[in-house]
Amino acid sequence: MSKQRIVWWASEDFWRKCAIFVTAFMAVVLIVLTFDSVSAITAGRGHVPAYTVINQRVGYVFDETRNMKVPSIGAPAPLFGKALDADEALALVDLGKVTSQAKNCMDCHTILGNGAYYAPDLTKAWLDPAWGNEASRETLMLNFLMDPNRYARTYGTNRRMPNLGITEAEARGLVAYLKWMSAIDTNGFPAGFVPIEQGD
Amino acid sequence: MIDYRSLSAGQKVAVKYFAAAMVLFLAQIVFGLLAGLQFLMPGFLYNVLDFNVTRMVHINAMIVWMLYGFIGSVYWLVEDESGVELVGARLANINFWIFTTAVAVVVVVFLVVQSGPGNQESIWLINEGREYIEAPRWADIGIVVCVLIFFYNIAATFLKGRFSGISGTLVLDLIALAGMYLAGMFYTTNVSVDQYWWWWVIHLWVEATWEVLVGCIMAWGLMKTLGARRQIVTTWLYIEVALMFGSGILGLGHHYFWIGTPEYWLTIGGFFSALEPIPLVAMVVHAVYDAGRHGFQSRNNPALAWLIAHAFGNFLGAGVWGFIHTLPQINLYTHGTQWTASHGHLAFFGAYATIVIAMVYIAVQRVRGDVWMSEGLPGNGWKWKWALGLLNFGVLGMTVALLIAGYEQSFIERAVGGSTWTAFFEAQRHPWFVQGMVWRQIFGYMTAAGILILLWDLMTIGAAETRTAKVIQAHTPRTAAQAAG
Repeated sequence: MSKQRIVWWASEDFWRKCAIFVTAFMAVVLIVLTFDSVSAITAGRGHVPAYTVINQRVGYVFDETRNMKVPSIGAPAPLFGKALDADEALALVDLGKVTSQAKNCMDCHTILGNGAYYAPDLTKAWLDPAWGNEASRETLMLNFLMDPNRYARTYGTNRRMPNLGITEAEARGLVAYLKWMSAIDTNGFPAGFVPIEQGD
Repeated sequence: MIDYRSLSAGQKVAVKYFAAAMVLFLAQIVFGLLAGLQFLMPGFLYNVLDFNVTRMVHINAMIVWMLYGFIGSVYWLVEDESGVELVGARLANINFWIFTTAVAVVVVVFLVVQSGPGNQESIWLINEGREYIEAPRWADIGIVVCVLIFFYNIAATFLKGRFSGISGTLVLDLIALAGMYLAGMFYTTNVSVDQYWWWWVIHLWVEATWEVLVGCIMAWGLMKTLGARRQIVTTWLYIEVALMFGSGILGLGHHYFWIGTPEYWLTIGGFFSALEPIPLVAMVVHAVYDAGRHGFQSRNNPALAWLIAHAFGNFLGAGVWGFIHTLPQINLYTHGTQWTASHGHLAFFGAYATIVIAMVYIAVQRVRGDVWMSEGLPGNGWKWKWALGLLNFGVLGMTVALLIAGYEQSFIERAVGGSTWTAFFEAQRHPWFVQGMVWRQIFGYMTAAGILILLWDLMTIGAAETRTAKVIQAHTPRTAAQAAG
């Protein structure tokens, strides 16, 4: 078959140009959207709260306008009874984040729905009704993280969290990280989640 | 017989990568079986090799063996495609051993040290704790250096020889592939920012640059096994690149529905990811058309069978299984459930394992002295056929079992239970979920049997063969010359 007999829309040259143009165009669109998205997800702006949100009560309420559940930021409710300034809050949440990576939490749990499916999602772990009530939540979380064998929560599955040697400081960091994460606006994920009962 | 000495420099490097890839493939299934057992027997290896370790090794072995397979494939085809000998062959060999030693060290640390205290030293030396890219930061830097050396070998060889449509696409794709990895090499407190860039690595590798890479390998493979015309396969490759990047780059948005990113991603991600199966349909049409056009007359039947398995597996696993839960309206309930595991199993196997296996068969044929590997093999070629059947049905069975478990989770945990921890465990205890896990394990054993037979076949096929490879009917003098040798 000679090259002349190929119609233009089936030609190698046409599709090479298409491939280059489409790839370049989509890459440019992605880069533009990335500038906007990264700005929107910077802590303290848009959907992602400032780290000092751990000084306040976090809830999860239905928003009529958006027709989905969104985090609510309520009255002061300092974590572990001590209000932190911006630097201290950042340091505590950061300790939790780095601990979550060093302990490889994501290969059992999901975080914002991403990870492994052996253990529960951690997106709203701070707000989970399983902690009973607001007053005992912090203590229960710390105890569980530091000694998951003794304070195992298996819900009849016999699936227990391993002992990862988490120190008290790391456990406090993890709780702060989970509280901060529960205040991220995740476009209504998880749907229908009913949080633990809280003061307001 | 083994005709290793007559291999070219690039082919010798490729054989090393293929051999390591097959060892890691076996490791992947071993740790997959252990992780699967832990769903059924949660006390199994508790506090010894916990699920987070077995699962991490399972998925990392997979990523690394596929990378090894791709690198091996490119080393295998680079000289044939460029018409000159590999540039920097000695460096390529040293690079292989450095890379492999680094992988071995990372795996030993994963298994022995497992995790560290909550500080940056753990991230740098032990485990980065981010799914799929758990390798510690020192290894990240090592991977980048090794990939740059690999890139130098390939780009310099093509520059010295001739460039074609396939090699041009390949080199540009390798730049993108290496560049994407850099997006994952930083630490941040902010989990939304973390996951935003993490998906640049995972998605833009798996659903964009890897797909184009296997498109290049497929194009070359069809020319080699069938004698397909270069002009046809190159045109198809461009079509696939246009459709793949046209849908896949913004299809990234389906990972940005629920991680704190703006709401416009629901629309953009939903729309473009719904288009992602289209290029995969094109690949099926392309492969089946070419195979049919040549009357399924091939110089390497196992390789052709795996190339066809790749076309269908890619379409089903990445295309159909991705599409069924990609729109935000359903993904709100399927996100973070076994639906994703189901999709992951069929997509990684169908899109990538298959084509690497095809390339390994092409290499084995040459290593055996370019022997006959068409119809009428001893024992009617039962080993490669059984391996093909067991592996494909094994993975498909795991996929369906996981999907059923995922359906159950979506309803009971997500839709009815509102995704609380109580709802999670209620769904995990449900008989439909447990049955799904049992069947996943059974099909996992079937897959393992397939791998063992595959490895046995790769070590024995063609060993006693005296006939030379079938000369296939090609359409142009150029392709005929290549097919003949």
